[in-house]
Amino acid sequence: MITVCLIDDLPPGESIRVTDGVPAPVAVFHTEEGEIYAIDDTCTHQDASLSDGFLEGCFVECPLHEAFFDLRSGRPTCPPAKQPVRTHQVSVESGRVLLHVSVAEPA
Amino acid sequence: MKSITVVGASLAGLYAARALRTQGFDGRLVIVGDEHHHPYDRPPLSKGFLTGATDQGQLALVDADDTADLYAEWYLGTRATALDAAGGTVLLDGDRSLDTDAVVIATGATPRLLPGPEPGEPAHTGVHTLRTLNDAQALRDDLARGPARVVVIGGGFIGAEVASSCAMLGHDVTVVEAAPLPLVPQLGDDMAKVCAGLHADHGVTLVAGTGVAGLQGGRGYSDHPDSPDRVTGVELTDGRLLPADVVVVGIGVRPSTDWLEDSGLLLKDGVVCDAGCVSSLPNVVAVGDVARVDGHRAEHWTSATEQAGVAVQNLLAGGTVATHRNLPYFWSDQYGVRIQFAGRRLPTDIPRIVEGSAEDRSFLACYERDGQTTAVLAVNRPRPFTRWRRELMRST
Ligand SMILES: Cc1cc2nc3c(=O)[nH]c(=O)nc-3n(C[C@H](O)[C@H](O)[C@H](O)COP(=O)(O)OP(=O)(O)OC[C@H]3O[C@@H](n4cnc5c(N)ncnc54)[C@H](O)[C@@H]3O)c2cc1C
Ligand code: FES
Repeated sequence: MITVCLIDDLPPGESIRVTDGVPAPVAVFHTEEGEIYAIDDTCTHQDASLSDGFLEGCFVECPLHEAFFDLRSGRPTCPPAKQPVRTHQVSVESGRVLLHVSVAEPA
Repeated sequence: MKSITVVGASLAGLYAARALRTQGFDGRLVIVGDEHHHPYDRPPLSKGFLTGATDQGQLALVDADDTADLYAEWYLGTRATALDAAGGTVLLDGDRSLDTDAVVIATGATPRLLPGPEPGEPAHTGVHTLRTLNDAQALRDDLARGPARVVVIGGGFIGAEVASSCAMLGHDVTVVEAAPLPLVPQLGDDMAKVCAGLHADHGVTLVAGTGVAGLQGGRGYSDHPDSPDRVTGVELTDGRLLPADVVVVGIGVRPSTDWLEDSGLLLKDGVVCDAGCVSSLPNVVAVGDVARVDGHRAEHWTSATEQAGVAVQNLLAGGTVATHRNLPYFWSDQYGVRIQFAGRRLPTDIPRIVEGSAEDRSFLACYERDGQTTAVLAVNRPRPFTRWRRELMRST
């Protein structure tokens, strides 16, 4: 389990890239609706960081070629990405955002 | 409409074929492409594919499932030689022809060549252009022969990416640019200067403001004393001679419209189309690098993918019912730096760095006209770039 940041430092609409203590970079999102999600940060299409992407509801748009990923399932909803990204468990406890990295195969 | 033929089996053609099926066309769909490969992605050819970070499998734009979903007849390794749209035929090489009710033109663009040897005379070995997978493979093989002096002719985005990849592979690289500074038409003086600075940052020599007078060749190539006419140098118009083992010519492209000369279609640096990608004939649309849409011809990945849906909608409707909301966008990766640009700037628009700094090679610049932002350039700033790009898309 990793402490990502204080929830106050991740207001709704924002995202953060986690690189320490994880096998591969993870992107953590706080949606405008108040949900928190974590997925693999690297787009499955080419080389782009999804934490830099545009957050729209519980979807993120890749900053390079605009594939959309569903933050809940990790699945892309349109090309050019075809493979899902892994999703990870994330929770907020005592004001801290906690990340439990999964090693499972993507959905 | 019973049959539609897509000519050009690459990015724009594939996206158009997909759009035809998702928009409900259930007739005969034929895809003609003169390359032998199924559609693949070109941008990595000058980047990861050249350095070896990306392999051929990763370039594929379709897998077996996608191909099955399209339910199309593929004519690969087949060149369209003429179009008779009124008569409803596409002529193919080998004296074949296809009857078709409508055509999607997606034949892209072809590299410009140096005014070279007379037709029929062999070009020097070691001289490359870069458009296709085969081109990239040939260049990659040539570079694998050992440390080389590489001269890249043309300092545009593809030239700069090739220079970056060659430098990363450890070659000795020089970029020759005829204009006083590369990328000025795309970025304007100030920002072009910053991007040109990347070459020097990474030990690549930029020779700007001088043209190429010709290529020298001979038996002087050390490893291969028998190779008769390998390139040995590039002569510049100012009299200098740059020794070269490998030359890459990246001086732009011209739209692939040769096969349309007698089609009756309006051609002018591309297939002339309205804002809905419809050509001068209602049953012919054009998409991607070959299409001049509403007066502009883009040579960008995203234009090719975005135009497809609109073009298909209009083709199926039999007239222009939708137009392409065109905010040009492109990216370039060079020297580990990601450059992204969106918008349409005029030469008089003034760039202002709104975050970061040019010295750090990490910044975001807005181009402004009368207090309005017209375009945005990001160097290693993808996050704010996406927001600005969205903003510009909304306001245009
Ligand atoms: C090396 C390289 C790097 C690039 N990097 C970037 C980048 O970083 N960012 C970006 O935005 N864009 C980039 N681009 C541009 C992008 O790849 C193009 O905009 C895109 O490929 C255009 O797609 P298209 O389908 O219109 O044309 P093309 O990809 O050129 O495809 C046209 C196809 O039609 C075929 N064809 C031509 N004539 C005929 C005929 N008569 N009969 C049958 N088939 C025919 C061609 O062989 C080709 O397969 C790059 C391009 C190259 C070459
Ligand atoms: S890198 Fe994400 S869509 Fe291409």
